[in-house]
Amino acid sequence: MASSDGNKNTEPWGGFDDNIIQGTGSAVIDMENMDDTSGSSFEDMGEMHQRMKEEEEVAEEAEATEEETGEDGEFLGMKGIKGQLGRQVADEVWQAGKRQASKAFNLYANIDILRPYFDVEPMQVRNRLIESMIPIRMIHFPQKIAGELYGPMMLVFTLVAILLHGMKTSGTVIREGTLMGTAIGTCFGYWLGVSSFIYFLAYLCNAQITMLQTLSLLGYGLFGHCVVLFVTYNVHFHSLFYILWLVVGGLSTLRMVAALISRTVGRTPRLILCGTLGALHMLFLLYLHFAYHKIVEGILDTLEGPNMPPIQRVARDLPVVATAAMNATVKTLGVILQSQ
Amino acid sequence: MAEVEETGKLMFADLSDVSISGDIPVQGEINVPVGTPSQDKEYSTLDEPVKDTILRDLKAVGKKFVHVMYPKKSSALLRDWDLWGPLLLCVTLALMLQGGSVDRKDDGGPQFAEVFVIIWFGSVIITLNSKLLGGTISFFQSLCVLGYCIMPLTVAMVVCRLVLLGGSWGFSFIVRLIVVTASFSWSTFASTAFLADSQPPNRKALVVYPVFLFYFVIGWMILTFSPSA
Repeated sequence: MASSDGNKNTEPWGGFDDNIIQGTGSAVIDMENMDDTSGSSFEDMGEMHQRMKEEEEVAEEAEATEEETGEDGEFLGMKGIKGQLGRQVADEVWQAGKRQASKAFNLYANIDILRPYFDVEPMQVRNRLIESMIPIRMIHFPQKIAGELYGPMMLVFTLVAILLHGMKTSGTVIREGTLMGTAIGTCFGYWLGVSSFIYFLAYLCNAQITMLQTLSLLGYGLFGHCVVLFVTYNVHFHSLFYILWLVVGGLSTLRMVAALISRTVGRTPRLILCGTLGALHMLFLLYLHFAYHKIVEGILDTLEGPNMPPIQRVARDLPVVATAAMNATVKTLGVILQSQ
Repeated sequence: MAEVEETGKLMFADLSDVSISGDIPVQGEINVPVGTPSQDKEYSTLDEPVKDTILRDLKAVGKKFVHVMYPKKSSALLRDWDLWGPLLLCVTLALMLQGGSVDRKDDGGPQFAEVFVIIWFGSVIITLNSKLLGGTISFFQSLCVLGYCIMPLTVAMVVCRLVLLGGSWGFSFIVRLIVVTASFSWSTFASTAFLADSQPPNRKALVVYPVFLFYFVIGWMILTFSPSA
């Protein structure tokens, strides 16, 4: 029998082994205890080699004892599962599996690879937020797109918080799942999904943009969404929403579209890419607004009939005083604007 | 016998520089260090009555509560972190927030899970964020601080519940709004006092904003809670 089951690594020097790394917890938790040699086993090659040899010797011993007792002619194959060899093989398989899993975990769950994308100053974040609403007309030279993930992530979480507020005040009842799950799923799904889709289209249309840049671009584009939703979940005028949708949504779409055009060559690719992005961006805002107050409108229609005050949201807790005050303020503002 | 020994020595001759051959006695001393109070403590805490253990842990948790109520820049919360306090607060808050929905048979269950998940995943994300921004605080220390600083919001929840039990409707909203706003800003300020020290000075705002959002979401859940009568 070949003794190949003792060596599960492909490299002749034994490969990486996680048992010798200090503090074998995940990289996430034990980052402050990691020294420079973690992950690199060259210093401990000798020790590893020794251990591999020992394991091989033990396996050989096991095989030797099996062969000895098998000399009386019995077929030992099936007895091996419960015998010494079977245990040995099972142990080796378990160790190999554990090694592979730890390797994969330490490689992919290591958050240090994300560290450079969070290296920002508050001033930079503020400037980028404001710039996301200002389209730049330079399309003959590739525009600079910041590759940063802090701003987009914070904007996605802010959007989640605003959505929760909107859902709670509109009395949305979610049958299967939770409010929180829906909000998080919607926002993160949009950010990650549409970014990947745009990156894929950019790859097809030969645009010069990386995945990080699409994530960043779309993330900062959500700033317009946050502003519009924050205003319209509290002051609920249909016409106000449409105006804000066109103006604010349009500005942030134009900014993203201009950045993409400056990085794409050819008329048809530009049209495809920017058309898709613009459509998805604007439609998402429309969806977010209408998905969570239509329910209340339906209920109120059946209860009250066609004579309804302008503000139709029935909040669960906010007293009638607050909505009446807001109604009055907005009506007077409308009257003042009309009279000018 | 001597031949066997000799062949033995020849066989092992090339290993003599690697290991000590058997006929040289190993000399030395084995000392059990006397000054290991921790080891003694470990053995003695196994024998102490359960009441003592529980009381000691409760006292530690209580001391940390006091630190949160009067947030000074002390490192006691960070040095001996534990997650008992956050668990207690989280479960209390989640239990009190349950049963406050419009349609009981749909939302009664998930609300406990919702609060639990929000608190723990929110804390994890804030911790990851502060580590990625270059913070020096460890993972569990940060979880500990964020969890303990939920205490003002739990107190606000209790007060809101009491206010909702009796009293007029419009006035109670104003009172609850004030209480929740005060406790939410207290929570944010308290956790900032502990967390911000571990950040580089010009990035404090970047770390404080997610904490603010986190406590804002919890405060909003408390404010919009209305028990189904």
